[in-house]
Amino acid sequence: MIYDVIIIGGGVTGCCIARTLSKYDLKIALLEKKADISMGTTKANSGVVHAGYAADRQYIKRHLSIHGNKLYTQAYRELNFPFQRIGSFVVAVEDSQIKDLEDERKKGIQDGVPNLELIFDKKRIKHMEPSLTDDAVAVLHAPTAGLVSPYELTFALAENAAMNGVKFFRSHEVVKIKHTDYTFTVRTFGDEFKCRNLINAAGLYSANISKMLGLDYFDIMPRKGEYILFDRNAMHLNKILFPIPTVVSKGILVCPTLHGNTFVGPNAQNITDTEDTSTTEAGLKEILEGARKLVPNLPLRASIRNFAGLRAVPDTHDFIIDNTDVYGFINVAGILSPGLTSCFAIAEKVKEFLELLGVVMKVKEDYNPIRPRPERFKDLSKEELDQKIQEDPTWGKIICRCEMIPEREILDAIHAPVGARTVDGIKFRCRPGMGRCDGGFCRPRVIEILSRELNINYEEVTKKGEDTNYLMCHTKDLLLNEIKRGEEAE
Amino acid sequence: MKKYEADVVIIGGGSAGMAAAIEVKKAGLDVLIIERDYELGGILLQCIHVGFGLHEFGEELTGPQYAQKFINQVNELEIPYLLDTMVIEITQDKTVYAVNNKDGLIMVESKAIILAMGCRERTRGAINIPGFRPAGIFTAGQAQRFVNIEGYLPGKTFVILGSGDIGMIMARRLTWEGCEVKAVVEINPYVSGLIRNQVQCLEDFNIPLILGYTVTKIHGKEKIRGVTISKVDTNFDRIVGSDRFIECDALLLSVGLIPENELTLNAGAELSSNNGPVVDNNLESTIEGVFACGNVLQVHDLVDMVTAEAKRAGNLAIEYINERYGKEVKREKQIRCIAGDNVGYIKPDLINLSDISKETMFTFRVKYPDRRIQIQFRDKENNQLIYKKNKVYVIPSEMVEIKLNLEENQIDTGCQHLIIDVVPRPEVLIEEE
Repeated sequence: MIYDVIIIGGGVTGCCIARTLSKYDLKIALLEKKADISMGTTKANSGVVHAGYAADRQYIKRHLSIHGNKLYTQAYRELNFPFQRIGSFVVAVEDSQIKDLEDERKKGIQDGVPNLELIFDKKRIKHMEPSLTDDAVAVLHAPTAGLVSPYELTFALAENAAMNGVKFFRSHEVVKIKHTDYTFTVRTFGDEFKCRNLINAAGLYSANISKMLGLDYFDIMPRKGEYILFDRNAMHLNKILFPIPTVVSKGILVCPTLHGNTFVGPNAQNITDTEDTSTTEAGLKEILEGARKLVPNLPLRASIRNFAGLRAVPDTHDFIIDNTDVYGFINVAGILSPGLTSCFAIAEKVKEFLELLGVVMKVKEDYNPIRPRPERFKDLSKEELDQKIQEDPTWGKIICRCEMIPEREILDAIHAPVGARTVDGIKFRCRPGMGRCDGGFCRPRVIEILSRELNINYEEVTKKGEDTNYLMCHTKDLLLNEIKRGEEAE
Repeated sequence: MKKYEADVVIIGGGSAGMAAAIEVKKAGLDVLIIERDYELGGILLQCIHVGFGLHEFGEELTGPQYAQKFINQVNELEIPYLLDTMVIEITQDKTVYAVNNKDGLIMVESKAIILAMGCRERTRGAINIPGFRPAGIFTAGQAQRFVNIEGYLPGKTFVILGSGDIGMIMARRLTWEGCEVKAVVEINPYVSGLIRNQVQCLEDFNIPLILGYTVTKIHGKEKIRGVTISKVDTNFDRIVGSDRFIECDALLLSVGLIPENELTLNAGAELSSNNGPVVDNNLESTIEGVFACGNVLQVHDLVDMVTAEAKRAGNLAIEYINERYGKEVKREKQIRCIAGDNVGYIKPDLINLSDISKETMFTFRVKYPDRRIQIQFRDKENNQLIYKKNKVYVIPSEMVEIKLNLEENQIDTGCQHLIIDVVPRPEVLIEEE
């Protein structure tokens, strides 16, 4: 079997490309190194769909993000992921910063960012965002900026791609690629895949993949960003709040989530280890200090989690989206912010590159762009809920009390196309364990369900794949082993 | 939709809920218990160690034994209960909505509600430990459930952060299972659980107790492989240069319990600083006819104290139904109790002025240990000391209980705020209690 296209990397970029191409009559596979899709950079970022004015004009990422923002409207209608245009503020706290905001506004409008507005009226600012610091002298309001749940978007993309025939292979780390006779042979541990066209969307590992084909014209460095998440209802923000950006990042945000939480972060720290998602004491201090400049009264007592994500920073300072010198090999690398915003535009671009390579894009007759909205307990009225439970009792068994998740939603997460195989996979698909008790109540129940549905032992249920099992052995096993060893010694 | 009616509906079928239900039923009223787990008993069922019942029954029982005594009474009295049933909403007019997988949506109309949902454990996120987020980090109670109910060990070598009672009890339990507990690490310079657990669970098993340290980093990307612990100063900030690495394959957290009151809050009741509902001297929340008892109100030292409080709540609900329900009695003037020096919180939060001739049961915890202290109750408006009591020592792990008749102590009816302080004893006369 020779695939028309193989995509390496199951983050939002890879899955978005897969879904975009799934419209056409092509044999497509996606290979993901981790136990689940969406578990790298996609999992831990700010989840902001930017208005698109922030990047410099010389960069392609500015134009892709402005376009990409607009593409969200249709994608949201088709894929039913959590998304809302709540608008963002860039906050000036000194008069000297106002000129920069005015420049951003002018250029943004020229480049097609809608309705950018510079607001000086303190009363109006306070009315629009009561939590904002009194130090604010002006804000740049971008009403088209929005929030998206990046992992739920990615699961939606993957599900829809799989519905339309894309094959997903998780726990398939690419270790070697050969290119002969216009065919790529992609080796993973234990498997081999062949394809005509190969797309590298491997995020933090994209430079390594590119080097497997002798292409070392760019490098990717990880840049860590740490976050603190606050409980639902700990505070209410109307807007995404940014400080004035710096060279390395858009600064430390104070931002609501679509599930009612608030988060602060990220900082920006250049590191070398592409797996170092650890948070640090200094980093957590830094983001709290930074966030206080925007919102002085943070609900510190309601902190429920800290985490860190890594940005894939290219040494070219821009997205790398290239038809390379290796015929049929497309790099989609260095996709850091505003990469999430740009994903649909990037996928369109990749499709154009494939056409240039002679791939025929014939729309499938049975292509279905709709991924149905996952049914959620909390969206149901009492009457609907009653009806649902009568039809299917698993709607009435609550597994997660913090987020009110019934067994049905968990079963759906497991049995969806590209369904959950791990506890984290369930957590990111339908939220048990996302709440204030950090899984204290639901985890044993989720382990039980995974064990039952996947037909594996409790000890084989993992948090996020190999070597991350929660339970080691049965009680008394250690004692019995000790006795056995004693007997053997005698 | 399935509809039920009851005079009193009780949310939670643990030790508090069952004790309250039994009181109500014995008085001849209709009661219904709603329990989210598949059996009655609550957290006691996973507490298979002994130490329960000395006050209530005069004998030392395990958690399941203690629970069973109440389950038997519930059954003998034919008190109805719903299992596997999660309450999703409590309304101001005392309608309770719940779901389970047999009846679908359930609506219970009642005259009074007793909240008995218990508490939950504080987590890593709540204390913001930096580092990786690998598998192998559990709250102590979660590990207790895995070991005692599910029958699995979550690791082989453990570090336990926090010297709460469950943490210390799990240290012993895991040692019995052949696991190694490398250390129990406590940020405070003193143990936060009961002294008897320090002796029976740690010292008897030579488990190192490291005071004044906390976990400052979690190591291991996939599975936890160790923690860094560091000494802290009086502000709980890490002292540079005091870091120590301890290898382990599981970290248990026993860093405190929080009353679980999301339902209470959504119903519109006021919460106080301990995350329990604001209650008056009748254990009645700021919603009329909604009472609270057990760990949902305040975290208790012993289940026996939970039982005692729940019995009171049961009787107060009966009194409410008999004397006040449906009569539109206006809420009278109330005195607000304020936690003063070295007092973490105080219950009740409010005292009805019309009740000051009755005995009020005050309960509170101190913030830090102290010796040779005096407990003082002060009328703020009149700046008058109305009650004082000397104690040899106070520690946060031991709840202080004081029964007081305010009228007998000649409180002025103009008092609006009652401040409770725990202060060094004035050195006038040396008198031990």
